[in-house]
Order: sequence, then structure tokens, then C-alpha cells
Amino acid sequence: MVMKLHEYQAKDIFAEAGIPVPESRLASSVEEVMEAVEEIGYPAAIKAQVHVGGRGKAGGIKIATDEDEARQAAEDILGMDLKGYTVERVLVEAGVDFENELYVGITMDRSEGKPVAMVSTEGGVNIEEVAEENPDAIAREHIDPAFGLHPYQARKVVFEAGIPRDVAFDVASFLTTLYDLYESNDASDIEINPVMITSDRDIVAADAVMNIDDDALFRHDDLAAMEEDAYENDLEAKAGEYGFDYVRLSGNVGIIGNGAGLVMTTLDLVDYFGGEPANFLDIGGGAKAERVSNALDMVFSDENVDSVVFNIFGGITRGDEVAKGINEALESFDEIPKPVVVRLAGTNAEEGMEILNTDLVQVEGTLEDAVQRAVENAQEVSQ
Amino acid sequence: MSIFVDDDTRVVVQGITGGEGKFHTRQMVEYGTNVVAGTSPGKGGQDVDGIPVYDTVEEAVDEEDANASVVFVPPAFAGDAIFEALDTDLDLVVAITEGVPTQDMAKVNKRLSETDTRLIGPNCPGIITPGESKLGILPGNIFEEGNVGLVSRSGTLTYQVVSNLTERGIGQTTAIGIGGDPIIGTSFVDALEAFENDPDTHAVVMCGEIGGEDEEQAAKFIAEHMDTPVAGFIAGRTAPPGKRMGHAGAIVSGSGTGTAESKISALNDAGVPVGDTPNEVADHIEDFL
Repeated sequence: MVMKLHEYQAKDIFAEAGIPVPESRLASSVEEVMEAVEEIGYPAAIKAQVHVGGRGKAGGIKIATDEDEARQAAEDILGMDLKGYTVERVLVEAGVDFENELYVGITMDRSEGKPVAMVSTEGGVNIEEVAEENPDAIAREHIDPAFGLHPYQARKVVFEAGIPRDVAFDVASFLTTLYDLYESNDASDIEINPVMITSDRDIVAADAVMNIDDDALFRHDDLAAMEEDAYENDLEAKAGEYGFDYVRLSGNVGIIGNGAGLVMTTLDLVDYFGGEPANFLDIGGGAKAERVSNALDMVFSDENVDSVVFNIFGGITRGDEVAKGINEALESFDEIPKPVVVRLAGTNAEEGMEILNTDLVQVEGTLEDAVQRAVENAQEVSQ
Repeated sequence: MSIFVDDDTRVVVQGITGGEGKFHTRQMVEYGTNVVAGTSPGKGGQDVDGIPVYDTVEEAVDEEDANASVVFVPPAFAGDAIFEALDTDLDLVVAITEGVPTQDMAKVNKRLSETDTRLIGPNCPGIITPGESKLGILPGNIFEEGNVGLVSRSGTLTYQVVSNLTERGIGQTTAIGIGGDPIIGTSFVDALEAFENDPDTHAVVMCGEIGGEDEEQAAKFIAEHMDTPVAGFIAGRTAPPGKRMGHAGAIVSGSGTGTAESKISALNDAGVPVGDTPNEVADHIEDFL
């Protein structure tokens, strides 16, 4: 998983490393926006600070050339819903008078097991479209993680991309700095689209995407402190508190299981048997009773859920602990809010079956039967 | 026969004094694995159930002739532990640890390419040759000796498919969980190649999932190099793009790469039937045998 930084956070990190960024202020009210534009001047960009791609197209970025436009933009963007996220803050940024827009990015190439640097003269547009329609327009250079990006490699990829010669060395050193940031912050991706070349032939990072490998946050207290409200909805926030891998979907069959592959398979089977999965919830390996009962609490509190399937194949997870957790969660209700189907297999499954309060749940012996029953339950409830 | 591990595998457990390490060492010994040593820096000279503990992997190799390791070291130190194992020229390193930083694995991967050591994992359940040896956390009781090889990116899904096989009396030569991370040691192709060269493996199950291109590469390998029949399963058909489904590697990117459809069609094109359910995979294997 990755932790996404906001544009303003990434730009703070860039600026500290000596990468030029436009002058900017963070604002969370119309008044603050107006104060900011007064200091920065016009034209100014008002940019929503939410973790959403394609902000511009969705109306989350506006350019203001005077006070009226700035106020209008602030009123429009602050509080707006951008693909499920409410905009609470905007970055007010000085407009850049540019001649060229470039694309620069660093990411991990899974198939090679190495980071790769990417440079293109076709910045300012959707780079994924460029990659698909005209892959040659993006120059790539793989990086040996033991040595980092050699200066010659940075020059090579910049020349290959056809960056204007008068700024080529500047872009190359920009790229070297970027790789240093990538490595020292355990980033999984850094992307600047566009990098602007100004009329004075200076380089400016006009946008900034920086995602951090959250498995590495333990050694980056400064970055970990920036982690906040990156959740799309309350349920995902709750899952974050409980420490579950959770993804909310649009269906009505709640799914709880252990192990990513098996939970995904349970989702697929719900779909296969004509139902619609409401979520992905992996309780992980070795879950104790409390965790199991938290998982049920999560799924019950999703109003979309009409029925629940609990699918456990114990390796390090023990069936008796799971059964205890299910009992604890369900015995606290006067009436079970949603029908629950349980399938227990693997380690201590028999002990689990003995403990499980079968007055409260429906039990099935195979994965297929359990999923089918949960789908039927959901169909009955929703009728 | 089997692949990668057998009766002769002499195991050192890295992180043997930790909770997980200790518990699973007992499970492995109970299964019959030849655990000859453990390591835990600073605890050299102690023992766990009579298994000698050393400060370094090198000592475990020198004193006990270990030729394989299982890594139960916490994520922050797992990269270092794998480096230590690689620098000791073990034949096999099985990294169970979940949550190893990706950039650590990129460095490990680079070093790995310079050695003859085989790495399985990280973030994997390990490997088992039923009746002989298991390195990792797989529940031994669901496996049975037999002629089917199994390779999977997921642990519990492996258990599901294995139980579907074992219930029908179909046993396994070796089962390997290669792990769900973006950067791993042994790939599908590596495992498939070994199964192809194992005369006792008569059919292979390959359980993939969304994300990356390993399954597509495996399909290409099967079409070009394998005579042994393969049946497949792909988890994550219903996963929406851009959402990570638990495993760090299980994500369909925004540009649509790594989808279940692309993997299933690549496998079908290579003549590999892909089950809609784990039980259907067992049906296909039964047809092969």
C-alpha cells in the first residue's frame, strides 16, 4: 500500500531539496484564499488538495486573473465533492509563464525489480494516454538500486527524450535530485507533470505527486506524521483504526476472510453465483477473537450490506479463536442485524465448530456452498 | 522427487527466538523438517527446544551445515536478514515476513541476481514437500504425497486448492507460495520450470492474482516450454482498478494493466484451463491425471 502525500506536502519536500516550485500558500477558507492571492498576485492557480487524479478536468483547479475570479474559484472549490472526497484545503499558487511542459517521473518497475526514471517532452497531459498511444515519446532508464541514478544515466534519458538542449543539463540534475528524494523517502512513485520551462528558461515543478511505501513508514517519522484522513469514507477510516485491509465496493454481500488471495476469491465467487460483493476485508493471519469481532462490527456498520459470509481457512489463524470472536460479536445483539454464513476450515476448524453458536449463524462446509447461501440471503433481504 | 526442498534440506531459522519463529519452528520440526539451527543476534549459545541458536547465519552454516534458511525476522530487519543469508551462499532462503519495504527488496533483488541462491518470498507461506519437509507456515495436515505441483501467490488460497485436491485423493509433489509482494525472489516461471523438470510431477496448479505481469510471462513459458499440463486460477476478477486488494502486489493499475481478464486470456491462449472456482481447478487436474 502507499501513503499519498498532498501536492503541497510533496512541494515542501521538493523545495527543501532545492527543486524550484512556484510561490504558494495553503488556504482552507475563502478569506484565506483572498489573503493569499493578495500576497502572490495574478494570475494565480487555486488547486484542490485531495488525493484524486485528474483534478483539473474534474473542476478542482482554476486559474484566477483577478479578485472576482479568485473569490469565485475559492467558493466553487472549497467544500466541493471531488470523486468522493470533500475539498477542505486549496493551494493558492503563483501562475507560471511557461514555454514548454515536460513530464518527469520515477517509479518501481515490478517486472525488472528496479526503479525506472521516465522523461518526456509531452508534459501537461495525461501521461498514461501518452504511454499507450505513443510509448516512444517517453524515455526510460532503469536504475540500479545499489548505486542510485548515475549522472550519466540522468543525462542519457534527458537527451533521449529530446529535452531542449539549453535546459538539458538542468533537467538532468533535477532528475538526480528527484531520485535522491525517491530513495531517501522510500517513495513508491514520484511524478511531476508538468515540469515547466519558463520564458527565462528556468525549470519549475508545477505539480507534484509523491507516494510513500507505507511498509517503510517505520523509518520516516516525519512522513508518518503527515498521514491523515486519506480515507474515502468513514468505513475505510474505521478499517484503518482496526488495522484491516479493507476496500468498500458497491454490492450488498459483506465478505470477511483471511488472506488476500482467498478473500479476493470469495469476492469473485459472490459475483460468480450472481451476487454483488459489498467489500474486501482481510483479517490477516493469526487473528484473535477480538479482531474477528471487530471485523463483524465493520461489515455490520455498512448500510449497504444485507448478508455476510465469513470464510476462514486456518493456517496460522485458528478456528476456535474465530468462532469465539463470532460468538462474542453476535451475542451482544438482541437480534442479529444481518444473516451470517460461516465456513471454517483448516487449523482447529473442528474445535471452532464445537464452540460456534449455531443458533446465531448458518454454517456451510464448503466455500462454494457458503457463498451461494450468502448470495441467496442477500437476495431475500433486498427483495 | 520434488522441487527445491526434500529430506536432505538442513534448515536454519532466522529469528528463531521470536514468537512466530519459535512457534513455527516447533510446527516444522513436528512435520519432520530437519531444523538444525536458529539465529538471533545476541542470543548465540542459547537453544530453542534443543535446537542450537547462533548469532550469525555463517556460524550456523559452519557448525551445523545448514543449507537453507527460513526468515521470520520483523519487516524492518528482514532485508538485512536476507542479505546475510545470501552472503552465506545458502541454496535456499524462504522469507515469510510480510511488509518488507519495497526499496529494500529492490536491493536484495540486485544482490540475488549475483548469487546462486534461490529466494522464495517475501510475504509468503513458504514451501512444502509433503511427507519430507516444510519451510514456512503452511498447515502440514492438509497436504498429501502425490504427483501434482502447486505454485501460488497467496497462502490461504493455496490451502483452499490443496484441500480440494487432497479431498479427492490427489496428493502433491511440492507446493510453493511465492508471495504477494511487488518484488519477489522465485517467480511463477522459475517454479514452473522446476516442475517441468521433475519427473514425478504429472500436473501443475498455478494460482495467480491481479497485478503485475508474472502470470502473463508464465503463460508464455507454458506455451513454449512445458509438456506437463497446467491448470490455473486467477483471484481478483471483481477487483476495481486502483484499489489494492490486501497484497501489496495485487492492484490493477489505473491504465488497466494487471487485470484478471488479461491473465485468464493469456493462460487460455497457452492451453491452460482456468477454473471459475477453486474446486473447478481440481476438476481440471483430475482430468489431466
